[in-house]
Amino acid sequence: MSELVRCAGQGIRKEFDRRVVFRDVTFAVGAGETLLITGRNGSGKSTLVKIICGVLTPTAGTLTLEAGGKPAGDPHRHAGLVAPYVQMFEEFSPLENLQIGAGLRGSRFDGARASALLARVGLAGRINDPVRTFSSGMKQRVKYAFALQHEPALLVLDEPTANLDDEGVALARAVMAEQRARGALVVATNDPGDVETFERSVDLNAAR
Amino acid sequence: MPPAEPRAGSFLLSVRTVFLKDWRSELRTRYAVSALLMFVITTIAIILFSLGSESASADALDGMLWVVIFFAAMSGLSRTFVMEEERGTTLTLQLATPPAAVFFGKLLFNLVLVAGINAVTVLLYALFINGFVIRTMSIFVAAVALGSIALAAASTIIAAIIARANTKGTLYPVLSFPIMLPLLLSVIEATRKASEGAFFAEAGGEFQLLISYIVVVVVSSSMLFEYIWKD
Repeated sequence: MSELVRCAGQGIRKEFDRRVVFRDVTFAVGAGETLLITGRNGSGKSTLVKIICGVLTPTAGTLTLEAGGKPAGDPHRHAGLVAPYVQMFEEFSPLENLQIGAGLRGSRFDGARASALLARVGLAGRINDPVRTFSSGMKQRVKYAFALQHEPALLVLDEPTANLDDEGVALARAVMAEQRARGALVVATNDPGDVETFERSVDLNAAR
Repeated sequence: MPPAEPRAGSFLLSVRTVFLKDWRSELRTRYAVSALLMFVITTIAIILFSLGSESASADALDGMLWVVIFFAAMSGLSRTFVMEEERGTTLTLQLATPPAAVFFGKLLFNLVLVAGINAVTVLLYALFINGFVIRTMSIFVAAVALGSIALAAASTIIAAIIARANTKGTLYPVLSFPIMLPLLLSVIEATRKASEGAFFAEAGGEFQLLISYIVVVVVSSSMLFEYIWKD
């Protein structure tokens, strides 16, 4: 497990083709805390999520990730993301996807641990079937396994219960509770029922 | 038990994983190989039909070999990035691994693909095209080997650029031609010298240019790739 203790954004602004998505967004989230990101459709929740995960660069402002009191370096070692727009490699099975995920992050693959993780997200009987044959809810479960595989210190969930049935929603809530005990949690959602408790929040409606 | 922490060789493991993912995906879908092979076979067949019983000059045949190789590469080598974009897995790679690992993994995959296809192309061309004779095999082998590396290097970075564009199919050969012109002129000239039976040293200039081209393209691409890949 990586030991990230703090993720902070200061005065973050993002523009696409001179269109300002949001401006002057400031937040901080540390271990044991939850940051809730809210805002109407098109307010830039997913954009902010991608900035936090290091895949988009803010137009202005700074984002810092600290692990053990030092800059964390590559976010991919510390962050995990579950979102509707994250896609798995569909010609491969969930187990193969986790093998690819471990290799991409530069870690050795532990097959037994990966199988246990897939069983935990409710895919025990389907670990060797191609992901393309899965329903959207099952694909969402594979995304959870992929994001949790390296036990990220920062777990980012965008619409965490999208496509999930009641059992899946319970799984998402259990994952969120465990993450708060292990590291930091960021949740972007419009559904107030998704997050039971949070310490910090960002309302992007106020950042236009 | 928590997963193992990344070690010193983690970058190489990431590169290997990108390569193996694409390789296993290609074995299952055979998309790029099928496109490349079909292009090579149909183009050589068209050359055969258009030549009929006549024979073209050696210079023309040397040039035509590289025309086949260039356009075959254009028909299949962009797939490695375009496929990620179409399937929405670009973000998954961005989240999980450093940009340089993606670039070198894809470069390795394109290199293996283009080397295999070029070997098949040269074999078919030598078997079926009358008048295509190589007198200095060492020059020809070096030209094909260096040409394959240069072609893979240039096409990988161009594929990364055009994967984000709306007009991928049109843009790829259009953007590739000026960038690959020095490479094409060098390999065509080296092939001409091989067919004329020149000594290996006489093609030294072409090989120096090809090696310089490979170094410049790989180094500049690895520096530029993060900017292409990230936003």
